[in-house]
Amino acid sequence: MTDQISVIGLHKRFILHNQGGVHLPVLDGVYFAVSDGECVVLNGPSGVGKSTLLRSLYGNYLIERGHVLVRHGDRVVDIATAQPRLILDIRRRTMGFVSQFLRVIPRVATIDLVAEPLRVLGVEAPAARARAAHLLERLSIPTRLWSLPPATFSGGEQQRVNIARGLVAEHPILLLDEPTAALDAGNRDAVVALIDTARQRGTAIIGIFHDRDVRDAVATRMIDIAPVERGRAEQNQKERAIA
Amino acid sequence: MSALRLSDVAMLSDEPPLLNVTGLGKRFGGRLACRDVSFALWPGEVLGVVGESGSGKTTLLNCLSARMQPDEGTVEYRIRDGSIAELFGLSEPARRTLMRTDWGFVHQNPRDGLRLGLSAGANIGERLMAVGARDYSDIRAQAAEWLGKVEIEIARIDDPPQTFSGGMQQRLQIARNLVSHPRLVFMDEPTGGLDVSVQARLLDLLRGLCEEMQLAAVVVTHDLGVARLLAHRLIVMRGGQVIETGLTDQVLDDPQAAYTQLLVSSMLQ
Repeated sequence: MTDQISVIGLHKRFILHNQGGVHLPVLDGVYFAVSDGECVVLNGPSGVGKSTLLRSLYGNYLIERGHVLVRHGDRVVDIATAQPRLILDIRRRTMGFVSQFLRVIPRVATIDLVAEPLRVLGVEAPAARARAAHLLERLSIPTRLWSLPPATFSGGEQQRVNIARGLVAEHPILLLDEPTAALDAGNRDAVVALIDTARQRGTAIIGIFHDRDVRDAVATRMIDIAPVERGRAEQNQKERAIA
Repeated sequence: MSALRLSDVAMLSDEPPLLNVTGLGKRFGGRLACRDVSFALWPGEVLGVVGESGSGKTTLLNCLSARMQPDEGTVEYRIRDGSIAELFGLSEPARRTLMRTDWGFVHQNPRDGLRLGLSAGANIGERLMAVGARDYSDIRAQAAEWLGKVEIEIARIDDPPQTFSGGMQQRLQIARNLVSHPRLVFMDEPTGGLDVSVQARLLDLLRGLCEEMQLAAVVVTHDLGVARLLAHRLIVMRGGQVIETGLTDQVLDDPQAAYTQLLVSSMLQ
């Protein structure tokens, strides 16, 4: 087992300048590491900062203090100090992210939206589309929708397109923010199976799942995250191994 | 079990930037239109410059593209042979050649970037002739190919852009700029005067072309939606100064400066 991503003393607070400069501390000293073939689930009540943590790992939120080390090809990169260009390269080749909501690109067909992460890696269009089609099929998106942009799809359909797009490039690290929130039982099981396949392939996965069944089905380890309390140096963070 | 350590973090041995801007400043009378702007731009990178009217973003674009002489600072450009040229140290003809061959400039108003009386084909062909193309049938074939790329019917090749809609004119302007395969393109509010539906089409087209041609671009816009879709990286300007820079989604989703927070929170979702 090799660590793929390592979080060292991550701190994050939001300063809202236009609301009287209020400080919102969210993460206060988070430490953990995830190896290939692990699926680590972040646990904790709503608003505790799980999504903030995930977004910080992806470089979407600025890291104020601490480090996020990522194995990127044959080198190690710290997301906290990496140049934007390098972060974009990490997102292309190393780290995938599935958010709760799909960001639709006007006019781009569903199949091409899903194939895009492969296309930017240099995979030819027919091969990329074939892989995209395979995932869309497994996620039960009707074939007749593939050539349409997903802007008019239902919430659940958009979420499945988003999952397909996030999984298609088989990145070594995968971040999942509630990918099953809007899905019915059948589709939820399909997503669970895809996550498990990715993990068995060696993907290092960090996810947030509010659905207890999903969580229990995919997690190999859980990390409990408790709210930051005023004046406390370390965040209450507890790890649980799952047999 | 192999852990990751801070001491493993690799130092970047980076490729040199295409454009390197240091301490750029421009004064109009006593007023500073922009000051102390520094950044680097790499091949294939799209940089968005956002800010409200009067923030100095267009002045910055005009200085970067050598359309205006800055009062302070330097703009270094890496020429195709790998050597570095300081824009304002070049002779006027050398600078003109660079602008004509290596760069493109897409104006907000297509009328500023097109010759309205010439045919669409000639508008594209003129740019090719400027970089040395002489074979008429080849020029016409390339013009036709580019009309196709920007989704204008080939049958319109002999029509003057006067007879085109605003969206078509803007797409023609883009074809005229990209046909000579520039390495760097400057764009000033490229979707500014267009209807929302036309904007989406143009954005999608621009996004695809930048990616396909690995273009470096500096795009000035006040529209954060346009910035999110096109730019890899953002510069936020206010009062002539850069107040925040970063990865596009980071600046828009986790803005740090008070002004950027205001700008983002004022955006229609």
